[in-house]
Amino acid sequence: MTQNANAPVVTLTEAAKHFGAVRALDGVDLSVAPGDCVGLVGHNGAGKSTLVNLINGSFAPSSGQVAFPGGAAGVRSVFQELSLCPNLTVAENLRISHPGLKGPGWRRPARAEICAALDAVFPGHGIAADAEVDTLSIAERQMVEIAIGFAPRGGQARLVILDEPTSALDAGIADQLLAHVKRFCAQGGAVIFISHMLGEIFEVATRIVVLKDGRIVAERPAAGFTRQGLVDAMGHVATEEAAREAESRPPPGAVVIAAEGIEARRGEIVGLSGLAGHGQAAALARLYLSQSSDWRAGRAPRAVFVAGDRPRDGVLPLWSILRNITASILPRDARRGMVDRDRERTVAEEWKRRIGIRTDDLSNPILSLSGGNQQKVLFARALASDAPVVVMDDPMRGVDVGTKQDVYAMIRAEAAAGRTFLWYSTETEEVCQCDRVFVFRNHAISAELAGDQITEERILQASFEMQEAS
Amino acid sequence: MTLLQRLSRPWIWAWLAAALAFAATLGLTSGRGAGELAYAALSFGAFAAIVGMGQMLVITLGPGNVDLSIPATMTLAATLALKVMSTDPGTALLGLGVALAVGLGTGLANFALIFLLRLPPIIATLAASLIYQSLAIWSNRGLRIKPPPGLADFATGRFLGLPNVAWVGLALALIVWVVLERSVWGRWLLAAGQNLRAARLAGMPVEAVRAAAYVTVAVFAALAGYLLASFSGGAALNMGQEYLLMSIAVVVIGGTSIAGGNSNVPGVWGAALFMFLVVSMLNSYGAGAGVRNVLTGTIIIAIVIAASTRRPGA
Repeated sequence: MTQNANAPVVTLTEAAKHFGAVRALDGVDLSVAPGDCVGLVGHNGAGKSTLVNLINGSFAPSSGQVAFPGGAAGVRSVFQELSLCPNLTVAENLRISHPGLKGPGWRRPARAEICAALDAVFPGHGIAADAEVDTLSIAERQMVEIAIGFAPRGGQARLVILDEPTSALDAGIADQLLAHVKRFCAQGGAVIFISHMLGEIFEVATRIVVLKDGRIVAERPAAGFTRQGLVDAMGHVATEEAAREAESRPPPGAVVIAAEGIEARRGEIVGLSGLAGHGQAAALARLYLSQSSDWRAGRAPRAVFVAGDRPRDGVLPLWSILRNITASILPRDARRGMVDRDRERTVAEEWKRRIGIRTDDLSNPILSLSGGNQQKVLFARALASDAPVVVMDDPMRGVDVGTKQDVYAMIRAEAAAGRTFLWYSTETEEVCQCDRVFVFRNHAISAELAGDQITEERILQASFEMQEAS
Repeated sequence: MTLLQRLSRPWIWAWLAAALAFAATLGLTSGRGAGELAYAALSFGAFAAIVGMGQMLVITLGPGNVDLSIPATMTLAATLALKVMSTDPGTALLGLGVALAVGLGTGLANFALIFLLRLPPIIATLAASLIYQSLAIWSNRGLRIKPPPGLADFATGRFLGLPNVAWVGLALALIVWVVLERSVWGRWLLAAGQNLRAARLAGMPVEAVRAAAYVTVAVFAALAGYLLASFSGGAALNMGQEYLLMSIAVVVIGGTSIAGGNSNVPGVWGAALFMFLVVSMLNSYGAGAGVRNVLTGTIIIAIVIAASTRRPGA
């Protein structure tokens, strides 16, 4: 396939990717040669996905180079978010990434190829090539996706990027995959293996690359890492400041909310942590919905919600800033069902000042604001109410550093005044501001940390599967 | 307010179109019969405006929300009300009560299908309308019962020069406008129509809002049916037929956003007048039924385009 069997499959030179001011990837040098199995680890937002997208061509680098000395053919990605078409059969899904299959009767070679690929990776898989994907379990879909990644597809797979391939697989199937990855690399293939299961990384990787804040902070042969050393290399400590602030607040009071295995006291800031997509956001939404009603809205709601996914969960796009701020306090300030518009404006003006929403006129449309300022509006909407519990679903996305500090201070002040905060964040630094932290793994709480226990290392330990891949 | 800002209000187009159709019709008669034409437009427009305002509330809930059972509800409410009154004097209020109760019942039934069975509103209301229509047929049995004379006089009468039914329609328009613009419930409805999930997460009782909208449209339809039957001397099984498309057309021509979250009360009235005036204009120019339909459809499309492209940010 390649002119030179030992030339790297892909070489990144000072590759960087910026999204506006955000440096998702900040100058990365990496080379993957045939036979390499690179284990890629790092916390959420470290830049792993951006790196993958640079290699598979989804993004062009903002600066630096991504070079394929032997051509880009044979570079495949297998994503954790299943990307199969559910209404097509297994064999038809192979066709999508295999343009060589055409003409009448293309389904027969497609069936043969996908069966061979599945047999090679997962012997005894029991998946029929004619099964429609939506009749398969999540694990089976992931297996099909992996098999398509390794299938010849009219050429040969040279580099397969596996992004959390085992999160949906049970241990036995995962072992089959790991064994196949080792075979594949021994035969001269290259793999980039991303996983939060450190045991798997140590089992298959010949080399481990640690990403943090868009940079490679460590790159060594797998034997050069210990498990603890790897966790330490991923994280960083930023808790001292938060610990000092916490001391100035009164001790928490009685339990005000207990649901979904989460318990929170009056005046307490409770964090939800763990890796993204492990059930924190869903648990928070269920918890909030259980505290409010589809049918009634009282003058004094028990809880309010601050959305992080603004377009989906928060912003009312046709409305002015003013109406967006007061959306949750309408019943409280109403007189006989009618909105008190003077009072509404007074409240909104006060919160514009307190939280610093940058606008000349609150009657401007909400969409005239930047993302960070829209987020401030959503904070104002929640804090303007008298609800004793404030539920926050990763509310700092797209918020600049200065605003973050303002909002942290406001949250601490409100907590000191007796409000309870439930705060899901993907940023460990924010979680370290909390009094108590529940760490989620696989849609269940894997650890409860309090006080001095809240350190980045402890959270990471609880987030990652630490046991050996058996 | 500048001319441009005025033109950017979506409801202005419905009123401009109505005025143009009015002028074009009168152009043929050199201005004679202006009063009669306006009076007729207000009379017939009132029924379209009443059902249109109900439909507007439901359409404001966002894509997929529409009540297709309006004609059946009108027919059933009118049939049962006239049957109860059986042309006896002094039963007008009893009949009104029956009609409104029918509206309440069909509205609740529609919402129950939508909420409990999770049916798409289009399917739920269309299927339910078959039941309502059958009930009307079954209870009517081909009889044409006249309304009580007092009620018929009211429905065809006038007050301060305007038809009584138009006064009813204007009063309802005022109420709907106040509710939408000033009340908490109106805010909830508009928020739910923009983003149901965000409205729910902001603590709004979105299911109650949806239920109220579906009940209101049915009650408005029942009231329109009651008035229409009294106006035209009795209930007929096909009396609601033209109001299926009419109710949706006046909402859309009136500038209410089909995407939800944006209502327009004045536009509904303007569009209701226009829908009557455009037909009488084409009639007076001697257009046949086929030509009339084609032109009506074309004009509706033109107005919707004009209204929606002038909307800022839409």
